[in-house]
Amino acid sequence: MTKTAFYNKPRFRSAVYQLAVLAVVVWLAIEFAINARVNLEAQNVRFGIGFLDDPAGFGISQALISYSEQDTYRRVFFVGLLNTLLVSVLGIVFATFLGFVIGLGRLSPNWLLARLAGGYVELLRNLPLLFQILFWYLAVLLAMPGPRQSIAIGLQPILRSIADGLALVESSGAAGAVAQWLRSLAEWAGSPSMFLNNRGMFVPRAVFADGSGLVAAAFVVAILAVVGLRRWARRRQDATGVRFPVLWTSLALLVGLPAIATLAVGSPVSFEAPELRGFNFVGGLRVIPEFTALLIALSTYTAAFIAEVVRAGILAVPKGQSEAAMALGLRRGTALRLIVIPQALRVMIPPMTNQYLNLTKNSTLAVAIGYPDLVAVFAGTTRIQTHQAIEIVAITMAVYLAISLATSFAMNLYNARTRFGER
Amino acid sequence: MKRVIGVVSLAVAAGLSGLAEAQVLKSVRDRGALHCGVSQGLPGFSNPDDKGNWTGFDVDFCRAIAAAIFNDPTKVKFTPLSAGDRFEPLRSGQIDVLSRNTTWTSSRDALFNFVGVTYYDGQGFMVRKALKVNSALELNGASVCAQTGTTTELNLADYFRANNMKYEVVAFGTADETIKAYESGRCDAFTTDVSQLFAEKLKLSNASDHVILPEVISKEPLGPLVRHGDDQWFDLVKWVHFAMLNAEELGVSSKTLDEALKAKQPEIRRMLGLEGSHGEQLGMTRDWVVRIVRHVGNYGEVFERNVGTSSKLGISRGLNRLWTKGGIQYAPPIR
Ligand SMILES: N[C@@H](CCC(=O)N[C@@H](CS)C(=O)NCC(=O)O)C(=O)O
Repeated sequence: MTKTAFYNKPRFRSAVYQLAVLAVVVWLAIEFAINARVNLEAQNVRFGIGFLDDPAGFGISQALISYSEQDTYRRVFFVGLLNTLLVSVLGIVFATFLGFVIGLGRLSPNWLLARLAGGYVELLRNLPLLFQILFWYLAVLLAMPGPRQSIAIGLQPILRSIADGLALVESSGAAGAVAQWLRSLAEWAGSPSMFLNNRGMFVPRAVFADGSGLVAAAFVVAILAVVGLRRWARRRQDATGVRFPVLWTSLALLVGLPAIATLAVGSPVSFEAPELRGFNFVGGLRVIPEFTALLIALSTYTAAFIAEVVRAGILAVPKGQSEAAMALGLRRGTALRLIVIPQALRVMIPPMTNQYLNLTKNSTLAVAIGYPDLVAVFAGTTRIQTHQAIEIVAITMAVYLAISLATSFAMNLYNARTRFGER
Repeated sequence: MKRVIGVVSLAVAAGLSGLAEAQVLKSVRDRGALHCGVSQGLPGFSNPDDKGNWTGFDVDFCRAIAAAIFNDPTKVKFTPLSAGDRFEPLRSGQIDVLSRNTTWTSSRDALFNFVGVTYYDGQGFMVRKALKVNSALELNGASVCAQTGTTTELNLADYFRANNMKYEVVAFGTADETIKAYESGRCDAFTTDVSQLFAEKLKLSNASDHVILPEVISKEPLGPLVRHGDDQWFDLVKWVHFAMLNAEELGVSSKTLDEALKAKQPEIRRMLGLEGSHGEQLGMTRDWVVRIVRHVGNYGEVFERNVGTSSKLGISRGLNRLWTKGGIQYAPPIR
């Protein structure tokens, strides 16, 4: 056998080619950057990210970290990033939950349920997302009454309106008596502290005084206890077949422990209710309509696609599996949970990842309804006010790339965990 | 998407091109059309009519440039731009001039050349009459709708901070989104330059339910701008503006033009190119002002026709009267 010269070896060749391509790409990038810099300097545009330390000077309607107009563009970046993450993460959670419900509903033997789920999917996934966002924002949330006519949410208004209804039917006699009783019950319920208007949703905010630490600690202990309990119960069931009511015990722990702690230290957690003052409600916690509209639209839209992913995943599991489960005497729900879904997950995770990435990227439609996400406040406002377009667009693209890669990475980890040992 | 394309083409232009050569006038002539950036639909300032023809105060300025260069005010390609996307197209050469109610500020002047102030303006507020607010100082705690990428959102922050008042700003990308949110009741007040308050008010279904508050909280000198690096083009565009002011000052309008061409007054004869070669010095023809006034009119005519008291907007000239009439519009002489 003749010996091949090393430069004729395929591995060497391909390495050389790849290095050459890499060198050309790097050279082009450097050349591009230098040239851009020279040209921009000639136009008097400074280059670099020094602008991040300048004060921004504009307000932002929602910030998860403290923010004022005197803060820097760097802070604006983080405010926008957190707003993007907030709506994306919550959107993913809601879309997944809703998507599962609808996907399973579509496979349900109940004809009506299956049709309703099918209708949902066809309607939601075939209307442009921007249109849906605008619908929720303009036609639903901004159609709410103004601050002075806010819709109060609570026991009192409900009880009162039932009482009014009863009194209409019959002002004296039994109905009248019940109405009377409902009214006093309403009085006892206290005035409501949740409001809905075209400026958003206002709910009481928890205010933590001294001793709150104990309550928080009790909560953490409860969570740990629940985790431990589940493990123990599963092991016992595997070994002996005896079941333990994990759900109810967990709920009791999660509610009970913090409640006991609260009583022990004398109610350190109080609630600050929103109240109407001047133009709007002040105090309490506020959810702006831009956020709500975007969250609802993103979750319901993506849920339609996730429902199809779920359906495809379940249909991909051979029918024999659920038949075998039924033959063993498992109920439909249990068979689904223990036999079908674990196998379906393997098929579902890659397309599910796509949906999560889509949702995150679609959240940039926020601009259309004034939700201050990263693209609106950083790639938008900051870019225009500073004129540092190239740097800002590059940073923004890098951030979305990083978010996407992190999502894929997390999903791949999960994928690896759900994979069965090859048999 | 459009925005990303804008920035990418800017980046590509910056990264690949040699220094932008000072030849805008030549390329405008070669391609036979002026590329002009305007706003996306602001009645009285730049608005496409039923037939798709652009009309308005900012539009007419570009028509005047085209008239001076081509003797034809229709040789303009208008590019509607939102507040946030107006500067990159100018920087990358996609448009030759930006005529879009843009405030002349130091930071913008550091990157571009403002040719002058075609409209002296200031920022104001509009509120619902039902609120019974009579002054901007009563807006403590209000929600305010504004357009992002503007001097508006910066002045708003300054004003409330200076007066120790709280506010919430809801910022949108386009004028239509902003006014729609205000109209739906999302905000107590709508803020922008006063001239645009008049324009946007026309879009409201019940305009008479809204009032413009008396306070003017900032200086907004609005004017057209061009790229850095081409002095000839900068001078040309600047003098189109001055020519329209001089024509008004000397009483030359589209109606009196033919008479004026027979006038004996040396200033008028110089302006209309009957004596001297001032147009040629600026890269145009001798009769450049005749072309502008014939096709577009003088400054006062353009103002009245588009935004003045007899127009739908009904704005009084105010500061924009000529200096000879108590305003501050003043142009250097043609000589
Ligand atoms: N003069 C201010 C504001 C200019 C501005 O964009 N105003 C808005 C407020 S209505 C506008 O004209 N929008 C029209 C559009 O976006 O097409 C600036 O230069 O920043």
